[in-house]
Amino acid sequence: MADNLPDLDAAANDTLASIDAAASVDDLREIESAVLGKGGPFAAAKKLLGSLPAEERASAGARINEARAAVEAAISERRAALSTGERAKLLESERVDLTERRPPAERGHLHLVTQTQQQLEDVFVAMGFTVEEGPLVETDWHNFQALNIPPAHPARASQDTLYLDFGAPESTLMRTHTSPVQIRTMLAKTPPIYAICPGRVYRKDTPDARHTPAFSQIEGLVVDKGITFGDLAGTIEAFTKAYFGADINARLRPAYFPFTEPSAEFEVTCAICRGEGCRTCSNTGWIELGGCGVVNPNVLRAVDLDPEEWSGFAFGFGIDRCAQMFHTISDMRVMADNDLRFIRQF
Amino acid sequence: MLVPLSWLRDFAPFGDDVDLLVDTCNALGLVVEGVERVGEGIKDVVVAKVLEVDRIEGADKIRRIVVDHGEGPVQVVCGAWNFDQGATVAFAPVGAVLPGDFAIGKRKMKGVESNGMICSARELELGEDAAGIMLLDDALIPGTPVPDALGVAPDVVLDLAIEGNRPDALCVLGVARDLAAKLSLPFTEPKPAMALPEASAEGPSVVVDAPNMCPIFTATRLDNVGIGASPQWLARRLTLAGMRPINNIVDISNYVMLELGQPTHPYDGERLPGGGFVVRQADPGEQITTLDGETRVVGNGEDCLIADANGDAVGIGGVMGGGSSEIHDGTTSVILEAAWFEPMVIARTSKRLGLRSEASARFEKGVDFGGIERAVARFCALAVEIAGATIGARTVWRSRESAPVAVTQPLRTERVNALLGTELDDAAIDGYLEAIGFAVARSEPGVALVSSPTWRPDVSFEEALIEEVARHYGYEAIPRTLPSASGNGGGLTRKQRERRLIRDILCGLSVNEAMTSPLLGPGDHARVGLSEDTLISADKPLVLEESVLRSSLLPGLLRSLSHNVRHRATEVRLFELGPTWERPTEPVAESNAIDRHVTGPSGGLPHEADRLAMVLWPFDAYAATDVWVVLANALRLEKPAISAAAAPVPALHPTRTASVTVDGNVIGLAGEIDPAVVERLGIDGRIAWLDIDLTALQAAPRRSPVANDVSRFPSSDIDLAFVVPDDEAAGDVLATLTSTAGDLLVGAELFDVYRGAGVPESARSLAYRLRFCALDRTLTDAEVGERRAACIGAVEKAHRATLRG
Repeated sequence: MADNLPDLDAAANDTLASIDAAASVDDLREIESAVLGKGGPFAAAKKLLGSLPAEERASAGARINEARAAVEAAISERRAALSTGERAKLLESERVDLTERRPPAERGHLHLVTQTQQQLEDVFVAMGFTVEEGPLVETDWHNFQALNIPPAHPARASQDTLYLDFGAPESTLMRTHTSPVQIRTMLAKTPPIYAICPGRVYRKDTPDARHTPAFSQIEGLVVDKGITFGDLAGTIEAFTKAYFGADINARLRPAYFPFTEPSAEFEVTCAICRGEGCRTCSNTGWIELGGCGVVNPNVLRAVDLDPEEWSGFAFGFGIDRCAQMFHTISDMRVMADNDLRFIRQF
Repeated sequence: MLVPLSWLRDFAPFGDDVDLLVDTCNALGLVVEGVERVGEGIKDVVVAKVLEVDRIEGADKIRRIVVDHGEGPVQVVCGAWNFDQGATVAFAPVGAVLPGDFAIGKRKMKGVESNGMICSARELELGEDAAGIMLLDDALIPGTPVPDALGVAPDVVLDLAIEGNRPDALCVLGVARDLAAKLSLPFTEPKPAMALPEASAEGPSVVVDAPNMCPIFTATRLDNVGIGASPQWLARRLTLAGMRPINNIVDISNYVMLELGQPTHPYDGERLPGGGFVVRQADPGEQITTLDGETRVVGNGEDCLIADANGDAVGIGGVMGGGSSEIHDGTTSVILEAAWFEPMVIARTSKRLGLRSEASARFEKGVDFGGIERAVARFCALAVEIAGATIGARTVWRSRESAPVAVTQPLRTERVNALLGTELDDAAIDGYLEAIGFAVARSEPGVALVSSPTWRPDVSFEEALIEEVARHYGYEAIPRTLPSASGNGGGLTRKQRERRLIRDILCGLSVNEAMTSPLLGPGDHARVGLSEDTLISADKPLVLEESVLRSSLLPGLLRSLSHNVRHRATEVRLFELGPTWERPTEPVAESNAIDRHVTGPSGGLPHEADRLAMVLWPFDAYAATDVWVVLANALRLEKPAISAAAAPVPALHPTRTASVTVDGNVIGLAGEIDPAVVERLGIDGRIAWLDIDLTALQAAPRRSPVANDVSRFPSSDIDLAFVVPDDEAAGDVLATLTSTAGDLLVGAELFDVYRGAGVPESARSLAYRLRFCALDRTLTDAEVGERRAACIGAVEKAHRATLRG
């Protein structure tokens, strides 16, 4: 019968032996193509099937397939074994220690005052305010006179003004507060005005742990029809809660500023102790943050607004002071050094 | 201002709830900065007589004392030597607890039992003296509690910060009036114990030549004055209020000022030539020796002088008296000045002379011009009672033109509610105002005619009245509302958002933000190689280190860099966004409508140039240009480039600096700091530098926001290496390639630079990769080849370059 077929069993045995002996996946692939390929023994045997008598073809075909299946299974098994080993070897050769590394260049940091300023800006922008800016070198008119502080007004004494040798004597100065930006804003825009004016200011002052001569303030100004002291108090409260947290309260008490009337100081619950009393707030539970009030009619008149038609409120406080409070910074002079050991903490 | 509670009670029946008083003061804007409880812990201390004084064997610092404190002899040991047998002392028996929780117990020293303590003034917190024990009036009866004997009952002293618009609250009376009104307590002003004689021609002569400075001047003669120490109660009140007792007449003057707010000045009548006054403006350069012993030059401005009848200066009006007519132990007649000075005159003089006194602090804010008679009457009554004085003739001078007058003005209820956001009615408003001395008259509802009391000169406009209503209604009672802000788009402008982006990009590139001082010292610019010729300097700076405006961010950033290097940072990367200034060479013109109120030369401010600058250490110039490239790309700048600087720039490395440009316009510099500057700073390594005109950067043209389509077809790359002489910029070669390659070019970059074998000296090989792609097809080799040939030709022609084989 199948005598004229190649000795498939023998071929299969040889092949199985060589599969077992294959040293790599590549070797195995060669064996596979030699045995199972077009020129291999199974292909040859298949070709001969046609020459067999019809009654033998079925069984011969089955035998071929059986033998082929055995080879295929052996290859597959051997391949799995080989590739596992090879992968293991490869992976081992690629092993690295991910802690064995110099630290990468760190990201840069925004100045703490910038970070604080941006957070404050975001709160007010969300309340519908714009952000206005003005020059750091100002005229006496914008910094004082338009704000109802005429020459020799006692309020000037507290401001430690640094005048510049520019123009007429005492005409040009480093702005002592951001309030002149209010004046510029009211001159440039027609109400309604809902604006904050953040920026640097300078006062002729000996630096200490709480003050540096150059520091930043943020000023708010609203001018519209029917603006009230109650609106001021509500705005201060809304800002306080949005910026410091819902458990932080604001309170107002009478104060004096030439550019507002009625005027108030505003205090907020100490953000360090949440009102319990601590060193930062001298055990009062409150921190004095800034000044505010209803815009004095003389200020409105200075920018040609009719106080009977328009009313407004203004408030201002220190950005550095907010940062100092939030981060309990013991000595503000560290800010002026731009010391990376400080900057990188925030 | 220090205000004892016991003194406040002279005017209204304030209770013992100190917390309530503190809260009320704060709510009224009389901010409580401190609360001190005094005189506590001495209730067990009694008056005692010293019966025996003996030495103790083997002791030279302490003595054995026997006292009688009303319960028979008691033996104590005492270390003070300022008394002897018969002295009257303050004695703390065993069981007493002194201030500071100091309990007195039985002790034994050198074998002698001590059953109590004889106290010093310091130990009882009744004074500063700790050198010896406190000696009491010999008339006191042993056993009397010291608080009763001295009238030093426990007291509470409030330390109040008084705002500049509240001169009325610079005295006990004014604080009491405000507090009583808020607490709805009856307020009564005690009548002076005597009526003043009418002014008469026999009074001291008064000639006022400067009525604008001093519109009210009164002089009162007091005779038979006996100078001595003030009684304990008066000295005690002065001490609690923070003033040192001196002698009865000076003390009475201070007492009246603290109580009623009116400064007065007592002159020794014998030492006041002519027995009268001339009030005049100081002559330029005039000198006067003031009470504090300083010789002061006045008259370099409008200073008001008080002179004697001969015209010789005896005091600086409203600020400080002179030494020549000072009250002394032998004074027997006093001429009392009580006047009113124009606040601005006093403010200017006080500032000009750098001389502040309790008097000037009050006059410059505005003293009660209706309170002079009351203050003189109070002074006289006390002088009669305490110093045995008899009151002589008086002179009262008052300028008809210049004397201050009370303000009467309308107050609209509608305006009150419109500004406060309240719903107060006429009656409520009247109630708040009348309680603090305002006179309210109404002829129709809704409008009141309000007269401000003479002690409230600040309340001279309607809003000031509204503040008074608000204070007494309570700031905290005003309902809190939010303005509508409707129809008003808030938000950051494009420029503001972009400045945040610039900061974020730099931070992303590991650069930290610095903020340096806008003011520097002389030499700070020169030290880093910058000219100081056009700097703007400060007028009377506090310190030289901050006396000129910076014209560059470089000095400040280099100082911060050095600081960090000194503190052993291994890399320092800092940037700053900020203004710089230079004195303009041309007159400054009005730049925009906002500057219409300027006062500088030809009406302008110095130009404020906003700059962005950066230092990187230890990094070379390429680190700076790398930052520029990233930044320019992030800001979508139109045709950003780096081009060689035309001329050397001060402070910068002459051969390692380039201009940065946008669309051909120079907007800044990138490169390195001059090695000579780096060496002078004592720093090792290169410092990269970037300095950009921030305004120009933000105004520079941007790439179109229109999106470019992305091709679905494959792209083709060609690599071209040229040998290019060193003096031809690689960036220029790239620009030639880009402009020659045509619109199918989608990318071009320098990817390799080679110097060495095969390349001539003074030249290098620059290898560029160009990528071509079409939106609608795959490019043919011929199309790419055409462009390649064109690029080679253009570069060889324009840059003396040859294609490398």
